[in-house]
Amino acid sequence: MRKFLNLSVLSVALFSVTFPTGIIAQSHQAENHSTSTTEVSESAADQVETAHAEEEEFDPTEVVMHHIADAHSFHVYGEGEEAVSVPLPVILYTSKGLVTFMSSAFHHDTHGHHVVERNGQRFVNYHDDIYELNAGAEHLEFEGDHTVTNASLPLDLSITKNVFTLFLAAALLLLIFGSVARNYQKGSVPSGLAGFMEPLVLFVRDDIAIPNIGPKYGRYMPYLLTLFFFIWIINLIGLVPFFPFSANLSGNISFTLTLAVIALLVVNFSGNKAYWKHIFAPQPWWLWPILFVIEFLSNVVIKFFALMIRLFANITAGHIIVLSLISLIFIFKSVYMSAVSVPFALFISVLELLVAALQAFIFTLLTALFIGQAVAEDHH
Amino acid sequence: MFLEINPLVKPDIGLIVWTTITFLILLVLLRKFAWKPILGAVKGREESIKESLASAEKAREEMKRLQSDNERILQEARQERDKMMKDARDIRDKIVSDAKADANEQAEQIIASAKEQIDNQKMAAITELKNQVAEMSIEIAEMILRAELDDKEKQSKLVDNHLKNFKLN
Repeated sequence: MRKFLNLSVLSVALFSVTFPTGIIAQSHQAENHSTSTTEVSESAADQVETAHAEEEEFDPTEVVMHHIADAHSFHVYGEGEEAVSVPLPVILYTSKGLVTFMSSAFHHDTHGHHVVERNGQRFVNYHDDIYELNAGAEHLEFEGDHTVTNASLPLDLSITKNVFTLFLAAALLLLIFGSVARNYQKGSVPSGLAGFMEPLVLFVRDDIAIPNIGPKYGRYMPYLLTLFFFIWIINLIGLVPFFPFSANLSGNISFTLTLAVIALLVVNFSGNKAYWKHIFAPQPWWLWPILFVIEFLSNVVIKFFALMIRLFANITAGHIIVLSLISLIFIFKSVYMSAVSVPFALFISVLELLVAALQAFIFTLLTALFIGQAVAEDHH
Repeated sequence: MFLEINPLVKPDIGLIVWTTITFLILLVLLRKFAWKPILGAVKGREESIKESLASAEKAREEMKRLQSDNERILQEARQERDKMMKDARDIRDKIVSDAKADANEQAEQIIASAKEQIDNQKMAAITELKNQVAEMSIEIAEMILRAELDDKEKQSKLVDNHLKNFKLN
């Protein structure tokens, strides 16, 4: 079941990478017709947009993609202008230096209408990409579907919903394990929270680190423990459907990419002589041209690409399934559909609880396994 | 870019930067404030458990050794006691037999001296009896002689008899 889901999501992900007009691109087309009619005043454009939205068919793809994407403000509840959301800092590194303001300056606008002026620079938020308008430009102008012609993308270091979740997860981990560590100062017998966490810590040590890495496991314990609990808590945060949780951080490719790159660096910097010899001088010598390419790609690219995609696809898949089930109510325009949607969504959510732990475990296990391969002594 | 990437799989530099920073800081902080104390405490506890088990094993061994020692000592004590009992019995037997021998000897001595005394007494009695018999005989003879010699006729007759006897010789 799980394998099937993995495969289907992976193929969807790969499909959307390879084909220029993926599912989301299609969903944007409807809006672009309204927004690309340039030189419409902002309020008028909003009216058109609202009127348009009311007539518009419910588009589940847009809803789902909006929910699993990152955002510059943390939406709590409500729709449109009445929406209640927690503003987050926008930090831009532009050609003229650092610019910061709160995301509330955009007034919930993500369609590139509301212009924010700071330092004489003009910014708009278009689908949570913040553009800096070129000098003299008043509004975003498009060429084709949504290729922006009169604005540039500054380096966006904003505290987005996902960055906020990063900090939240880090703070929670520090809080939890700080208190667990203090518990041990009273005596070496754990009580309360420490009693619950200790088996997990020991699980990482005895079932992940020691069997895969061997006697040199001690050096990697802090990394593996941090990795395991960080991924796990972020997976769990993503399953809680309300503020300040709910961000789909571990289902974000940037996040899994970063963790995979860190794993790549840890593994390859741990590599001993045998490991490098295996890559650069594989036996037998006459297969060297093929084996070198295979070994090199495998050790430097494929292992970590798989780590990245696996976590991303699993978590994103879970979110998509739950959101799709809830979307069924709106697709059928019937409240009775919730009798089907809600139990199924609940079932998937509970399954996701398992997946949250499982994926954290698998990521950590495979990282440990790769480290183990890199530090293993030569047995040839 | 000729291929537009789906936003779902488009890497976002900002998030990559923040993830890297957050993860590394979290790693450093947790290593210092959580993993080292926790793993240290767990390791310390495991070692103390191992030590306790080892010392318990040692104590058990010691106990066993003491027990076997005790048994040995008890055995020795028992043997000692048996030996002492045997010695005591021997000594007792010896004393008794010595006493018996002594008693026999003394009894014999007493009997011997008693016999001697009896003999002596008997001899004395016999001697006295002899003396008394001799005295009585003399007295009787005197009395007889006196009675015989009271009248002159008889005296003369006796003399005559004797004289007659002399003539025969």
